[in-house]
Amino acid sequence: MNNKRTRYVAAPYLIWSIGFIIIPLGLVLYYAFTNADGALTIDNVADIISYVNIKALILSIAFSIVSTALCLLIAYPLSLVLSSLISNSSSILSLLFILPMWMNSLLRTYAWQNILERKGVINGILTAINLPPLYIINKPPAILLGMVYDFLPFMILPVYNSVSRIDKDLINAAKDLGAGYKEIFFRIIWPLSLPGVISGITMVFVPSLTTFVISDILGGGKILLIGNVIEQLFTQDSDWNAGAGLSAVLMIFIVISMLITAKYDKEDIR
Amino acid sequence: MKKTLGSIYLTLVLIFLYAPIATLMILSFNSSKSRSHFGGFTFSWYLSLFENEEIMAAFKNTIILALLAAFIATVVGTAACTGMVAMKKRSRSIIMGITNIPMLNADIVTGVSLMLLFIAARATMGFTTVLLAHITFNIPYVILSVMPRYRELNASTYEAALDLGAKPIYAFFKVVLPDLMSSVLSGFLMSFTMSLDDFIITHFTQGPGFDTLSTKIYSEVKKGINPEMYALSTLMFLSILILLFFVNYKPWTKQTVGEIKVTTKKEVIVSSAKGGVR
Repeated sequence: MNNKRTRYVAAPYLIWSIGFIIIPLGLVLYYAFTNADGALTIDNVADIISYVNIKALILSIAFSIVSTALCLLIAYPLSLVLSSLISNSSSILSLLFILPMWMNSLLRTYAWQNILERKGVINGILTAINLPPLYIINKPPAILLGMVYDFLPFMILPVYNSVSRIDKDLINAAKDLGAGYKEIFFRIIWPLSLPGVISGITMVFVPSLTTFVISDILGGGKILLIGNVIEQLFTQDSDWNAGAGLSAVLMIFIVISMLITAKYDKEDIR
Repeated sequence: MKKTLGSIYLTLVLIFLYAPIATLMILSFNSSKSRSHFGGFTFSWYLSLFENEEIMAAFKNTIILALLAAFIATVVGTAACTGMVAMKKRSRSIIMGITNIPMLNADIVTGVSLMLLFIAARATMGFTTVLLAHITFNIPYVILSVMPRYRELNASTYEAALDLGAKPIYAFFKVVLPDLMSSVLSGFLMSFTMSLDDFIITHFTQGPGFDTLSTKIYSEVKKGINPEMYALSTLMFLSILILLFFVNYKPWTKQTVGEIKVTTKKEVIVSSAKGGVR
Protein backbone atom coordinates (compact mmCIF):
# COMPACT_ATOMS: atom_id res chain seq x y z
CA MET A 1 0.00 0.00 0.00
CA ASN A 2 3.01 2.26 -0.11
CA ASN A 3 2.11 3.34 -3.56
CA LYS A 4 2.79 7.08 -3.71
CA ARG A 5 -0.56 7.83 -5.25
CA THR A 6 -2.32 6.32 -2.25
CA ARG A 7 -1.30 9.38 -0.24
CA TYR A 8 -3.70 11.55 -2.19
CA VAL A 9 -6.62 9.66 -0.69
CA ALA A 10 -5.95 11.71 2.45
CA ALA A 11 -6.34 14.94 0.48
CA PRO A 12 -10.05 15.46 1.18
CA TYR A 13 -9.40 15.23 4.90
CA LEU A 14 -6.42 17.55 4.68
CA ILE A 15 -8.48 20.15 2.91
CA TRP A 16 -11.28 19.59 5.40
CA SER A 17 -9.04 19.99 8.41
CA ILE A 18 -7.49 23.17 7.06
CA GLY A 19 -10.93 24.58 6.26
CA PHE A 20 -12.77 23.52 9.38
CA ILE A 21 -10.10 23.22 12.07
CA ILE A 22 -7.17 25.50 11.30
CA ILE A 23 -8.91 28.44 9.64
CA PRO A 24 -11.68 28.62 12.30
CA LEU A 25 -9.10 28.66 15.08
CA GLY A 26 -7.23 31.35 13.17
CA LEU A 27 -10.49 33.32 13.03
CA VAL A 28 -10.89 33.06 16.80
CA LEU A 29 -7.42 34.51 17.19
CA TYR A 30 -8.13 37.18 14.58
CA TYR A 31 -11.30 38.32 16.33
CA ALA A 32 -9.56 38.04 19.69
CA PHE A 33 -6.85 40.50 18.73
CA THR A 34 -8.90 42.99 16.74
CA ASN A 35 -11.73 45.36 17.67
CA ALA A 36 -15.02 45.93 15.90
CA ASP A 37 -13.31 48.13 13.32
CA GLY A 38 -10.69 45.48 12.53
CA ALA A 39 -7.82 47.34 14.21
CA LEU A 40 -5.29 45.40 16.23
CA THR A 41 -5.86 45.45 19.98
CA ILE A 42 -5.23 43.31 23.03
CA ASP A 43 -8.21 44.73 24.90
CA ASN A 44 -10.39 41.67 24.29
CA VAL A 45 -7.89 39.30 25.79
CA ALA A 46 -6.94 41.72 28.56
CA ASP A 47 -10.64 41.95 29.39
CA ILE A 48 -10.20 38.72 31.32
CA ILE A 49 -8.95 40.77 34.29
CA SER A 50 -12.23 42.66 34.57
CA TYR A 51 -13.99 41.78 37.81
CA VAL A 52 -16.84 39.72 36.32
CA ASN A 53 -14.60 37.73 33.99
CA ILE A 54 -11.82 36.96 36.43
CA LYS A 55 -14.40 35.91 39.02
CA ALA A 56 -16.02 33.57 36.49
CA LEU A 57 -12.66 32.17 35.45
CA ILE A 58 -11.46 31.50 39.00
CA LEU A 59 -14.82 29.95 39.86
CA SER A 60 -14.61 27.72 36.75
CA ILE A 61 -11.11 26.58 37.62
CA ALA A 62 -12.13 25.84 41.20
CA PHE A 63 -15.23 23.94 40.08
CA SER A 64 -13.34 21.87 37.55
CA ILE A 65 -10.54 20.99 39.97
CA VAL A 66 -13.03 19.86 42.61
CA SER A 67 -15.23 17.96 40.18
CA THR A 68 -12.20 16.23 38.61
CA ALA A 69 -10.99 15.22 42.08
CA LEU A 70 -14.44 13.94 43.06
CA CYS A 71 -14.76 11.97 39.83
CA LEU A 72 -11.41 10.33 40.47
CA LEU A 73 -12.36 9.63 44.08
CA ILE A 74 -15.52 7.85 42.94
CA ALA A 75 -14.14 6.16 39.84
CA TYR A 76 -10.96 4.68 41.28
CA PRO A 77 -12.46 2.42 43.96
CA LEU A 78 -15.20 1.56 41.50
CA SER A 79 -12.66 0.38 38.96
CA LEU A 80 -10.93 -1.72 41.60
CA VAL A 81 -14.23 -3.35 42.57
CA LEU A 82 -15.23 -3.89 38.94
CA SER A 83 -11.93 -5.47 37.97
CA SER A 84 -11.92 -7.72 41.04
CA LEU A 85 -15.20 -9.25 39.88
CA ILE A 86 -15.23 -12.14 37.44
CA SER A 87 -14.20 -10.87 34.02
CA ASN A 88 -17.39 -12.09 32.37
CA SER A 89 -19.88 -10.23 34.52
CA SER A 90 -17.70 -7.14 34.63
CA SER A 91 -18.04 -6.60 30.90
CA ILE A 92 -21.79 -6.43 31.36
CA LEU A 93 -21.29 -4.24 34.40
CA SER A 94 -19.05 -1.84 32.53
CA LEU A 95 -21.78 -1.69 29.89
CA LEU A 96 -24.13 -0.62 32.69
CA PHE A 97 -21.83 2.30 33.41
CA ILE A 98 -21.71 3.42 29.77
CA LEU A 99 -25.41 2.99 29.10
CA PRO A 100 -26.54 6.26 30.75
CA MET A 101 -24.42 8.13 28.21
CA TRP A 102 -26.90 7.13 25.54
CA MET A 103 -29.67 9.18 27.06
CA ASN A 104 -29.54 12.82 26.10
CA SER A 105 -27.13 14.46 28.49
CA LEU A 106 -29.07 17.72 28.70
CA LEU A 107 -32.17 15.87 29.72
CA ARG A 108 -30.33 13.85 32.33
CA THR A 109 -28.85 17.03 33.77
CA TYR A 110 -32.28 18.61 33.75
CA ALA A 111 -33.67 15.63 35.66
CA TRP A 112 -31.43 16.61 38.56
CA GLN A 113 -33.60 19.70 38.91
CA ASN A 114 -36.50 17.41 39.74
CA ILE A 115 -34.42 15.45 42.17
CA LEU A 116 -32.87 18.42 43.95
CA GLU A 117 -35.76 20.88 43.92
CA ARG A 118 -37.35 22.29 47.09
CA LYS A 119 -40.16 19.80 46.71
CA GLY A 120 -38.09 17.35 44.74
CA VAL A 121 -37.38 13.66 45.10
CA ILE A 122 -34.59 13.97 47.67
CA ASN A 123 -36.53 16.33 49.91
CA GLY A 124 -39.56 14.08 49.63
CA ILE A 125 -37.52 11.21 50.97
CA LEU A 126 -35.84 13.35 53.63
CA THR A 127 -39.10 14.74 55.02
CA ALA A 128 -40.67 11.29 54.94
CA ILE A 129 -38.02 10.02 57.31
CA ASN A 130 -38.15 13.19 59.41
CA LEU A 131 -34.86 14.65 58.33
CA PRO A 132 -34.30 18.34 57.54
CA PRO A 133 -34.67 19.14 53.82
CA LEU A 134 -31.71 19.91 51.61
CA TYR A 135 -31.67 23.12 49.61
CA ILE A 136 -28.84 22.99 47.13
CA ILE A 137 -30.60 23.70 43.85
CA ASN A 138 -29.30 26.87 42.13
CA LYS A 139 -26.30 26.82 44.45
CA PRO A 140 -22.70 25.78 43.78
CA PRO A 141 -23.12 22.23 45.20
CA ALA A 142 -25.83 21.52 42.59
CA ILE A 143 -23.52 22.60 39.76
CA LEU A 144 -20.73 20.49 41.19
CA LEU A 145 -23.06 17.53 41.42
CA GLY A 146 -24.10 18.05 37.81
CA MET A 147 -20.49 18.15 36.69
CA VAL A 148 -19.56 15.00 38.60
CA TYR A 149 -22.65 13.28 37.24
CA ASP A 150 -22.14 14.31 33.62
CA PHE A 151 -18.42 13.63 33.42
CA LEU A 152 -18.05 10.61 35.73
CA PRO A 153 -18.24 8.06 32.86
CA PHE A 154 -15.30 9.84 31.22
CA MET A 155 -13.27 9.10 34.35
CA ILE A 156 -14.59 5.59 34.97
CA LEU A 157 -13.78 4.24 31.51
CA PRO A 158 -10.07 5.07 31.18
CA VAL A 159 -9.36 4.30 34.84
CA TYR A 160 -11.23 1.00 34.68
CA ASN A 161 -9.47 0.17 31.43
CA SER A 162 -6.01 0.62 32.87
CA VAL A 163 -6.82 -1.04 36.20
CA SER A 164 -8.35 -4.10 34.56
CA ARG A 165 -5.31 -4.50 32.33
CA ILE A 166 -2.91 -4.90 35.25
CA ASP A 167 -1.46 -8.38 35.22
CA LYS A 168 -2.90 -10.29 38.17
CA ASP A 169 0.32 -12.32 38.35
CA LEU A 170 2.18 -9.18 39.42
CA ILE A 171 -0.15 -8.74 42.36
CA ASN A 172 0.04 -12.41 43.28
CA ALA A 173 3.82 -12.36 43.05
CA ALA A 174 3.94 -9.33 45.34
CA LYS A 175 1.68 -11.14 47.80
CA ASP A 176 3.93 -14.21 47.71
CA LEU A 177 6.90 -12.02 48.43
CA GLY A 178 5.15 -10.71 51.50
CA ALA A 179 3.80 -7.33 50.40
CA GLY A 180 0.82 -5.92 52.30
CA TYR A 181 -2.26 -4.38 50.70
CA LYS A 182 -0.85 -0.90 51.12
CA GLU A 183 2.39 -1.81 49.42
CA ILE A 184 0.64 -3.61 46.58
CA PHE A 185 -1.56 -0.61 45.98
CA PHE A 186 1.08 2.12 46.10
CA ARG A 187 3.86 0.23 44.37
CA ILE A 188 1.98 -1.79 41.77
CA ILE A 189 -1.64 -0.86 41.15
CA TRP A 190 -1.40 2.93 41.41
CA PRO A 191 1.71 3.40 39.21
CA LEU A 192 0.39 1.02 36.58
CA SER A 193 -3.00 2.71 36.48
CA LEU A 194 -1.57 6.21 36.16
CA PRO A 195 -1.93 6.54 32.37
CA GLY A 196 -5.66 5.84 32.76
CA VAL A 197 -5.92 8.27 35.67
CA ILE A 198 -4.21 10.98 33.66
CA SER A 199 -6.38 10.53 30.61
CA GLY A 200 -9.41 10.54 32.92
CA ILE A 201 -8.27 13.82 34.46
CA THR A 202 -7.89 15.42 31.01
CA MET A 203 -11.27 14.10 29.91
CA VAL A 204 -13.04 15.59 32.94
CA PHE A 205 -11.06 18.76 33.53
CA VAL A 206 -11.51 20.45 30.15
CA PRO A 207 -15.28 19.97 29.78
CA SER A 208 -15.97 21.00 33.36
CA LEU A 209 -13.76 24.07 32.95
CA THR A 210 -15.67 25.21 29.89
CA THR A 211 -19.25 24.06 30.42
CA PHE A 212 -22.05 26.58 30.34
CA VAL A 213 -24.91 24.13 30.19
CA ILE A 214 -24.66 22.62 33.66
CA SER A 215 -24.35 25.98 35.38
CA ASP A 216 -27.30 27.21 33.32
CA ILE A 217 -29.55 24.28 34.19
CA LEU A 218 -28.57 23.60 37.80
CA GLY A 219 -27.30 27.04 38.81
CA GLY A 220 -30.51 28.80 37.86
CA GLY A 221 -28.55 31.27 35.73
CA LYS A 222 -27.27 32.96 38.88
CA ILE A 223 -23.78 31.53 38.85
CA LEU A 224 -21.66 32.60 35.91
CA LEU A 225 -18.82 30.39 34.83
CA ILE A 226 -16.40 31.44 32.11
CA GLY A 227 -18.35 29.30 29.62
CA ASN A 228 -21.54 31.22 30.43
CA VAL A 229 -19.79 34.55 29.91
CA ILE A 230 -18.49 33.47 26.50
CA GLU A 231 -21.83 32.02 25.45
CA GLN A 232 -23.66 35.22 26.38
CA LEU A 233 -21.12 37.38 24.56
CA PHE A 234 -21.69 35.41 21.38
CA THR A 235 -25.41 34.71 21.41
CA GLN A 236 -26.96 37.56 23.40
CA ASP A 237 -24.55 40.46 23.10
CA SER A 238 -23.20 39.56 19.63
CA ASP A 239 -19.85 40.90 20.75
CA TRP A 240 -17.69 38.45 18.81
CA ASN A 241 -14.43 40.21 19.53
CA ALA A 242 -14.88 40.07 23.29
CA GLY A 243 -16.13 36.46 23.09
CA ALA A 244 -13.20 35.42 20.92
CA GLY A 245 -10.82 37.18 23.31
CA LEU A 246 -12.07 35.14 26.25
CA SER A 247 -12.06 31.96 24.11
CA ALA A 248 -8.41 32.64 23.34
CA VAL A 249 -7.73 32.90 27.08
CA LEU A 250 -9.58 29.63 27.56
CA MET A 251 -7.41 28.02 24.89
CA ILE A 252 -4.34 28.98 26.91
CA PHE A 253 -5.73 27.16 29.94
CA ILE A 254 -6.58 24.10 27.88
CA VAL A 255 -3.08 23.98 26.43
CA ILE A 256 -1.53 24.39 29.88
CA SER A 257 -3.60 21.58 31.33
CA MET A 258 -2.71 19.37 28.35
CA LEU A 259 0.99 20.11 28.76
CA ILE A 260 0.88 19.34 32.48
CA THR A 261 -0.89 16.03 31.97
CA ALA A 262 1.38 15.13 29.05
CA LYS A 263 4.43 15.82 31.17
CA TYR A 264 3.23 13.68 34.06
CA ASP A 265 2.14 10.94 31.72
CA LYS A 266 5.59 10.65 30.19
CA GLU A 267 7.40 10.77 33.51
CA ASP A 268 5.30 8.12 35.14
CA ILE A 269 5.28 5.59 32.39
CA ARG A 270 9.04 5.37 32.52
CA MET B 1 -17.15 -8.82 53.87
CA LYS B 2 -14.94 -7.09 51.34
CA LYS B 3 -17.11 -8.34 48.50
CA THR B 4 -20.29 -7.08 50.14
CA LEU B 5 -18.76 -3.65 50.64
CA GLY B 6 -17.71 -3.66 47.02
CA SER B 7 -21.19 -4.57 45.81
CA ILE B 8 -22.77 -1.92 48.00
CA TYR B 9 -20.43 0.69 46.56
CA LEU B 10 -21.14 -0.47 43.04
CA THR B 11 -24.87 -0.28 43.64
CA LEU B 12 -24.60 3.23 45.08
CA VAL B 13 -22.73 4.51 42.02
CA LEU B 14 -25.27 2.82 39.74
CA ILE B 15 -28.12 4.47 41.66
CA PHE B 16 -26.37 7.82 41.23
CA LEU B 17 -26.02 7.25 37.49
CA TYR B 18 -29.54 5.97 36.92
CA ALA B 19 -31.52 8.19 39.30
CA PRO B 20 -32.10 10.92 36.69
CA ILE B 21 -33.01 8.37 34.05
CA ALA B 22 -35.51 6.72 36.37
CA THR B 23 -36.94 10.14 37.22
CA LEU B 24 -37.46 10.95 33.55
CA MET B 25 -39.10 7.61 32.91
CA ILE B 26 -41.47 8.02 35.82
CA LEU B 27 -42.35 11.55 34.71
CA SER B 28 -43.14 10.26 31.23
CA PHE B 29 -46.07 8.39 32.78
CA ASN B 30 -47.17 11.28 34.98
CA SER B 31 -50.66 12.49 34.15
CA SER B 32 -50.06 15.83 35.85
CA LYS B 33 -47.86 18.24 33.94
CA SER B 34 -46.19 19.32 37.17
CA ARG B 35 -42.73 17.98 37.74
CA SER B 36 -42.96 17.65 41.49
CA HIS B 37 -46.36 16.03 41.80
CA PHE B 38 -47.26 12.60 40.48
CA GLY B 39 -50.86 12.83 39.35
CA GLY B 40 -51.39 9.24 38.28
CA PHE B 41 -50.36 6.84 35.57
CA THR B 42 -50.95 7.68 31.93
CA PHE B 43 -49.79 6.81 28.45
CA SER B 44 -51.09 10.04 26.96
CA TRP B 45 -47.67 11.68 26.52
CA TYR B 46 -46.62 8.75 24.40
CA LEU B 47 -49.65 9.21 22.18
CA SER B 48 -49.45 12.99 21.88
CA LEU B 49 -45.73 12.71 21.21
CA PHE B 50 -46.40 11.64 17.65
CA GLU B 51 -48.63 14.65 17.10
CA ASN B 52 -46.12 17.11 18.47
CA GLU B 53 -44.64 18.39 15.25
CA GLU B 54 -41.82 20.37 16.84
CA ILE B 55 -40.48 17.43 18.79
CA MET B 56 -40.89 15.04 15.88
CA ALA B 57 -39.07 17.48 13.58
CA ALA B 58 -36.24 17.84 16.08
CA PHE B 59 -36.07 14.06 16.40
CA LYS B 60 -35.95 13.64 12.64
CA ASN B 61 -33.25 16.29 12.33
CA THR B 62 -31.21 14.64 15.05
CA ILE B 63 -31.32 11.20 13.46
CA ILE B 64 -30.73 12.33 9.87
CA LEU B 65 -27.93 14.63 10.99
CA ALA B 66 -26.22 11.95 13.06
CA LEU B 67 -26.48 9.32 10.31
CA LEU B 68 -25.30 11.63 7.56
CA ALA B 69 -22.49 13.18 9.59
CA ALA B 70 -21.30 9.80 10.79
CA PHE B 71 -21.41 8.37 7.28
CA ILE B 72 -19.48 11.21 5.64
CA ALA B 73 -17.00 11.32 8.52
CA THR B 74 -16.45 7.57 8.20
CA VAL B 75 -15.74 7.79 4.48
CA VAL B 76 -13.46 10.82 4.75
CA GLY B 77 -11.76 9.51 7.88
CA THR B 78 -11.11 6.02 6.52
CA ALA B 79 -9.74 7.51 3.32
CA ALA B 80 -7.54 9.79 5.39
CA CYS B 81 -6.13 6.79 7.26
CA THR B 82 -5.46 4.97 4.01
CA GLY B 83 -3.58 7.98 2.69
CA MET B 84 -1.72 8.52 5.94
CA VAL B 85 -0.43 4.95 6.03
CA ALA B 86 1.36 5.61 2.75
CA MET B 87 2.91 8.80 4.06
CA LYS B 88 6.24 9.47 5.69
CA LYS B 89 6.23 9.41 9.45
CA ARG B 90 6.68 13.16 9.81
CA SER B 91 3.78 14.28 7.65
CA ARG B 92 1.64 11.60 9.28
CA SER B 93 2.34 12.87 12.77
CA ILE B 94 1.59 16.43 11.71
CA ILE B 95 -1.83 15.34 10.44
CA MET B 96 -2.45 13.32 13.58
CA GLY B 97 -1.60 16.42 15.59
CA ILE B 98 -4.22 18.43 13.70
CA THR B 99 -6.70 15.58 14.19
CA ASN B 100 -6.25 15.84 17.93
CA ILE B 101 -7.21 19.50 18.06
CA PRO B 102 -11.00 19.05 18.00
CA MET B 103 -10.74 16.12 20.41
CA LEU B 104 -8.80 17.99 23.05
CA ASN B 105 -10.14 21.46 22.51
CA ALA B 106 -13.15 22.55 24.52
CA ASP B 107 -16.46 22.14 22.71
CA ILE B 108 -17.29 25.77 23.27
CA VAL B 109 -14.12 26.91 21.49
CA THR B 110 -14.74 24.52 18.60
CA GLY B 111 -18.33 25.72 18.37
CA VAL B 112 -17.38 29.37 18.48
CA SER B 113 -14.61 28.93 15.94
CA LEU B 114 -16.94 27.24 13.46
CA MET B 115 -19.57 29.88 14.03
CA LEU B 116 -17.02 32.59 13.17
CA LEU B 117 -16.08 30.62 10.04
CA PHE B 118 -19.67 30.40 8.85
CA ILE B 119 -20.24 34.07 9.57
CA ALA B 120 -17.08 34.97 7.65
CA ALA B 121 -18.26 32.82 4.75
CA ARG B 122 -21.69 34.48 4.97
CA ALA B 123 -23.30 31.05 5.14
CA THR B 124 -26.90 30.79 6.27
CA MET B 125 -26.95 28.91 9.54
CA GLY B 126 -29.08 25.80 9.44
CA PHE B 127 -28.93 22.13 8.60
CA THR B 128 -25.87 22.44 6.36
CA THR B 129 -23.73 24.38 8.81
CA VAL B 130 -24.61 22.00 11.65
CA LEU B 131 -23.85 19.04 9.39
CA LEU B 132 -20.44 20.47 8.46
CA ALA B 133 -19.70 21.07 12.13
CA HIS B 134 -20.71 17.54 13.11
CA ILE B 135 -18.61 15.98 10.36
CA THR B 136 -15.67 18.05 11.60
CA PHE B 137 -15.85 16.79 15.16
CA ASN B 138 -16.69 13.23 14.02
CA ILE B 139 -13.73 12.63 11.70
CA PRO B 140 -11.18 12.44 14.55
CA TYR B 141 -13.21 9.66 16.18
CA VAL B 142 -13.10 7.68 12.96
CA ILE B 143 -9.39 8.26 12.44
CA LEU B 144 -8.54 7.35 16.02
CA SER B 145 -10.57 4.19 15.66
CA VAL B 146 -9.30 3.09 12.23
CA MET B 147 -5.65 4.12 12.46
CA PRO B 148 -4.55 1.59 15.14
CA ARG B 149 -6.19 -1.22 13.18
CA TYR B 150 -4.34 -0.15 10.04
CA ARG B 151 -1.05 -0.53 11.85
CA GLU B 152 -1.87 -4.12 12.77
CA LEU B 153 -2.91 -4.95 9.25
CA ASN B 154 -0.98 -7.47 7.26
CA ALA B 155 0.23 -5.62 4.16
CA SER B 156 1.15 -8.78 2.28
CA THR B 157 -2.47 -9.76 1.60
CA TYR B 158 -2.95 -6.51 -0.29
CA GLU B 159 0.30 -7.00 -2.19
CA ALA B 160 -0.68 -10.58 -2.96
CA ALA B 161 -3.94 -9.33 -4.42
CA LEU B 162 -2.01 -6.87 -6.61
CA ASP B 163 0.37 -9.64 -7.71
CA LEU B 164 -2.61 -11.71 -8.72
CA GLY B 165 -3.71 -8.89 -10.97
CA ALA B 166 -6.22 -6.96 -8.87
CA LYS B 167 -6.46 -3.22 -9.41
CA PRO B 168 -5.54 -1.21 -6.29
CA ILE B 169 -9.11 -0.01 -5.74
CA TYR B 170 -10.53 -3.50 -6.17
CA ALA B 171 -7.89 -4.91 -3.84
CA PHE B 172 -8.68 -2.25 -1.26
CA PHE B 173 -12.38 -3.06 -1.22
CA LYS B 174 -11.89 -6.82 -1.39
CA VAL B 175 -8.91 -7.32 0.90
CA VAL B 176 -8.14 -4.31 3.07
CA LEU B 177 -11.58 -2.97 3.89
CA PRO B 178 -13.01 -6.26 5.21
CA ASP B 179 -10.11 -6.41 7.64
CA LEU B 180 -10.72 -2.84 8.72
CA MET B 181 -14.48 -3.23 8.87
CA SER B 182 -14.85 -3.67 12.62
CA SER B 183 -12.90 -0.52 13.39
CA VAL B 184 -14.63 1.40 10.59
CA LEU B 185 -17.97 0.36 12.06
CA SER B 186 -16.94 1.35 15.54
CA GLY B 187 -15.77 4.71 14.20
CA PHE B 188 -19.17 5.15 12.59
CA LEU B 189 -21.01 4.21 15.78
CA MET B 190 -18.87 6.52 17.88
CA SER B 191 -19.52 9.37 15.48
CA PHE B 192 -23.21 8.59 15.45
CA THR B 193 -23.51 8.64 19.23
CA MET B 194 -21.41 11.78 19.55
CA SER B 195 -23.60 13.58 17.00
CA LEU B 196 -26.76 12.33 18.64
CA ASP B 197 -25.80 13.82 21.98
CA ASP B 198 -23.98 16.95 20.93
CA PHE B 199 -25.35 20.21 22.18
CA ILE B 200 -22.65 22.85 22.48
CA ILE B 201 -21.30 22.78 18.92
CA THR B 202 -24.81 22.50 17.46
CA HIS B 203 -25.89 25.45 19.60
CA PHE B 204 -23.33 27.74 17.99
CA THR B 205 -23.84 26.57 14.41
CA GLN B 206 -27.62 26.18 14.26
CA GLY B 207 -29.83 28.77 12.67
CA PRO B 208 -33.28 29.97 13.64
CA GLY B 209 -35.92 27.36 12.93
CA PHE B 210 -33.51 24.45 12.99
CA ASP B 211 -33.52 22.33 16.12
CA THR B 212 -32.05 19.04 17.22
CA LEU B 213 -33.35 17.29 20.32
CA SER B 214 -30.54 18.82 22.38
CA THR B 215 -31.14 22.39 21.28
CA LYS B 216 -34.88 21.92 21.65
CA ILE B 217 -34.41 20.69 25.21
CA TYR B 218 -32.11 23.60 25.99
CA SER B 219 -34.62 26.13 24.76
CA GLU B 220 -37.33 24.49 26.88
CA VAL B 221 -35.30 24.35 30.11
CA LYS B 222 -36.38 27.77 31.39
CA LYS B 223 -40.11 27.31 30.82
CA GLY B 224 -40.21 23.63 31.69
CA ILE B 225 -39.69 20.68 29.44
CA ASN B 226 -42.58 19.17 27.56
CA PRO B 227 -43.46 15.76 29.06
CA GLU B 228 -43.60 14.40 25.53
CA MET B 229 -39.85 14.84 25.47
CA TYR B 230 -39.59 12.46 28.44
CA ALA B 231 -41.67 9.94 26.55
CA LEU B 232 -39.48 10.21 23.47
CA SER B 233 -36.25 9.78 25.37
CA THR B 234 -37.65 6.88 27.34
CA LEU B 235 -38.47 5.20 24.04
CA MET B 236 -35.02 5.96 22.64
CA PHE B 237 -33.31 4.70 25.77
CA LEU B 238 -35.34 1.48 25.82
CA SER B 239 -34.61 0.79 22.16
CA ILE B 240 -30.89 1.12 22.76
CA LEU B 241 -31.15 -1.08 25.83
CA ILE B 242 -32.96 -3.77 23.85
CA LEU B 243 -30.56 -3.44 20.94
CA LEU B 244 -27.54 -3.80 23.19
CA PHE B 245 -29.13 -6.72 24.95
CA PHE B 246 -29.61 -8.59 21.69
CA VAL B 247 -26.21 -7.68 20.34
CA ASN B 248 -24.54 -8.96 23.48
CA TYR B 249 -26.51 -12.15 23.78
CA LYS B 250 -26.25 -13.48 20.29
CA PRO B 251 -23.32 -15.83 20.65
CA TRP B 252 -22.23 -15.60 17.02
CA THR B 253 -22.04 -11.84 16.83
CA LYS B 254 -20.56 -11.42 20.25
CA GLN B 255 -17.01 -11.09 19.07
CA THR B 256 -17.61 -8.64 16.29
CA VAL B 257 -20.58 -6.42 16.83
CA GLY B 258 -20.83 -6.88 20.57
CA GLU B 259 -17.33 -5.73 21.09
CA ILE B 260 -17.88 -2.63 19.03
CA LYS B 261 -20.94 -1.56 20.92
CA VAL B 262 -19.42 -1.97 24.32
CA THR B 263 -16.17 -0.32 23.51
CA THR B 264 -17.37 2.65 21.49
CA LYS B 265 -16.80 5.50 23.88
CA LYS B 266 -14.23 3.61 25.90
CA GLU B 267 -11.96 3.42 22.89
CA VAL B 268 -12.36 7.06 22.08
CA ILE B 269 -11.44 8.19 25.52
CA VAL B 270 -8.37 6.04 25.81
CA SER B 271 -7.12 6.58 22.29
CA SER B 272 -7.80 10.29 22.30
CA ALA B 273 -5.89 10.79 25.49
CA LYS B 274 -3.01 8.74 24.22
CA GLY B 275 -3.01 10.44 20.85
CA GLY B 276 -2.90 13.80 22.56
CA VAL B 277 0.24 12.97 24.42
CA ARG B 278 2.17 11.69 21.49
